[in-house]
Amino acid sequence: MTLSQLEIGEQGIIKEFTDLEMSVKLMEMGCLPGEVVKVDRVAPLGDPIAVSISGYQLSLRRKEASTIELI
Amino acid sequence: MKNKLRVALVGNPNTGKSTIFNALTGLNQKIGNFPGVTVDKKSGVSKLADGRAIEIVDLPGTYSLYPKSADETIVFEVLSDKNNSSHPDVVVIVADATNLKRNLLLYTQISDLGLPVIIALNMMDLALKSNMEIDVDTLAKLLNVQVVELAARKSQGIEGLKKAIEFQSLIPLQNSTIDVEVIAPDLIKDLSDLLGVDNPYVALQIAHQYKNLKYLSKARINQIESLKEKYDFHTQKSQAAETIARYNYINEVLIDTVTYKSVALEENISNKIDHYLTHKVWGFVIFIAILFAIFQSIFAWSEYPMAIIETVFVWLAEMGHQYLPSGILTDLLVDGVLAGLSGVMVFIPQIALLFAFISILEDTGYMSRVTFMMDRLMRKVGLNGRSVVPLIGGLACAVPSIMSARTIENWKDRIITIMVTPLVSCSARLPIYTLLISLVVPKKMLLGFINLQGIALMSIYFLSVFMAILVAWVMKGLIRSKLKGYFIMELPVYRMPRWNNVGITMLESVKTFVTQAGKVIIAVSIILWVLASYGPSNKFDKIDQKYQSTDFTKNYSADQIKRFKSSEKLENSYAGLLGKSIEPSIKPLGFDWKIGIALITSFAAREVFVGTMATLYSVDGDASKMESVKEKMANAKNTETGLTVFTTATAFSLMIFYAFAMQCMSTMAVVYRETKNIKWPLIQFAYMLVLAYVSSFVVYQLLS
Repeated sequence: MTLSQLEIGEQGIIKEFTDLEMSVKLMEMGCLPGEVVKVDRVAPLGDPIAVSISGYQLSLRRKEASTIELI
Repeated sequence: MKNKLRVALVGNPNTGKSTIFNALTGLNQKIGNFPGVTVDKKSGVSKLADGRAIEIVDLPGTYSLYPKSADETIVFEVLSDKNNSSHPDVVVIVADATNLKRNLLLYTQISDLGLPVIIALNMMDLALKSNMEIDVDTLAKLLNVQVVELAARKSQGIEGLKKAIEFQSLIPLQNSTIDVEVIAPDLIKDLSDLLGVDNPYVALQIAHQYKNLKYLSKARINQIESLKEKYDFHTQKSQAAETIARYNYINEVLIDTVTYKSVALEENISNKIDHYLTHKVWGFVIFIAILFAIFQSIFAWSEYPMAIIETVFVWLAEMGHQYLPSGILTDLLVDGVLAGLSGVMVFIPQIALLFAFISILEDTGYMSRVTFMMDRLMRKVGLNGRSVVPLIGGLACAVPSIMSARTIENWKDRIITIMVTPLVSCSARLPIYTLLISLVVPKKMLLGFINLQGIALMSIYFLSVFMAILVAWVMKGLIRSKLKGYFIMELPVYRMPRWNNVGITMLESVKTFVTQAGKVIIAVSIILWVLASYGPSNKFDKIDQKYQSTDFTKNYSADQIKRFKSSEKLENSYAGLLGKSIEPSIKPLGFDWKIGIALITSFAAREVFVGTMATLYSVDGDASKMESVKEKMANAKNTETGLTVFTTATAFSLMIFYAFAMQCMSTMAVVYRETKNIKWPLIQFAYMLVLAYVSSFVVYQLLS
């Protein structure tokens, strides 16, 4: 299960990343293994999505969200 | 005497860093450049309680020392190079208290560089409101740094920060955060020896960033390269290991210092607002409504101040002609410089308003929502959600907007954004539009509240944005690239705009406009006045003789003769001859030779158009009657046909020409600087000229 598969309002816990390059950027922004991530909103045209993570809101594209594996 | 103590402000974006900078320096700030790069350097002077004046340098906002954009590379460059002219004695790290974990990442990195640091814990008021308790004393003890609590928006804590700076030791005393050497022990050791660096984290960062660092020589870069290969150093793996280690450290610190009581309230409000502002339908409706309101207000609110400025200049010109000794110098001063200046100064209210609105959109956090909503659409046409900021910023000025395209990491997205941004109508075109619209569009209200002139103006703006998107879409197919782009962006909570910042932005924009544009305009006005007042002497002599003949003196009054004469002289002046020489090529667009002169003079900067018109029609006009530029243009008649020059067709054709043509030397210079290839500004100039010519031709032929 990846982050991109969650519906609005659903949440999960980050397990690992499938893309090294992306993982470095995501981790700097506070997306770390063990963190709870919740989908808050989807942009009007279906992409990108907005998620809550470590106390703030982050937007990322679905393609990027699909590199985040959830527990 | 020792130089002033230099303090650098560093922090994540959206932490209130610039509010703190403004609070510390007030209006004592200047914008310059970091040596060797084109990043804006904001610096200012602040006074401490003990009377010392210190220099404050505001470094670009960043989430980490690992740069993701061109702007961010400057942070490590300045902090790691002791010889850099901006290298600070003390670093103040501005952190958002409501988002401490992510903000402390940057702290741990900078702290490990071995510079004296202070933490400015901003937004403490919001942290309290969100039922989050931060034990500041314990935090300070654990890290062994000064931690200052601030609520900069409420101007709380600034004095405390100044006090902390006053008492800050100039030797770094903070505890080290993670064991850096463990990440790449041999490489760090060899690099430290090679470069004479005594800090392991500086060495490690250099191993990552050596290619971007301006202070390293070519030979050094090659040496580092081979060391990197020798130890098989993998940048991303090392960075991932480091980031995880840092967060482990941060988590340990936070366990003892922060307690959460319940969910953040502020964020809930932001979520509720976003429910509407980024709604499938309402999101776009509201966005367009906001733009609409902005353009309506620019027209409505600037009317009164503009009228005052106009009156003042007309009065000045009248006084000049009345009280200054008549002669060439007075003519030059009044008809050349003053007329040119007045044509431009009149637009200060509009430019100030436009910049104010854009800064409000950014300040409240709405601009990132627009980015969020538009990303999908922008991607389709070869742009990126982040392109929205340069494009909207393009409404103010293409130069800073093209520089702001640095936040786009993907090369192709960035090039396309740079190529189309100058198509978006900037504030320099605003005077041209408003002048021409007021000439041909009646000042009427539709349905009692919609200003018809406002609609015309907005349509031009929409057309310019539409054209930018269309061209981007075409370029998407023409430019090839294999790099993948990404879009990871913080959505800050909604905040009230900081009126203080808005005010400073307005002031700065007007100052830049007046000094930058003013210089060019005065120079061009003088040249133009000379060109318009003098011509080949044989021709001028003939005109003088012609009007001295009895045919004229009998039939016409002295005043009328004077007017005929000056208008014929203008036509035969150097400027007139120049305009006439290009007239055949611009006639299909509905332009006469006078507009031709304006096109030539405004090649360097569009701002010159209105000034040129003012100067040309002042030379031509009846000296005893003072009119504003607008009246002069409205009364202008074609010298051959006797028909009004500014018909609806000509006015719109001219507006379209100015909308699409690249008439800005500064933009071309900045495109060259940003792309480092002369090819791009040249392509841009050529395609925009063709586009402008063809579109103007179509518009004129359709309307006339």
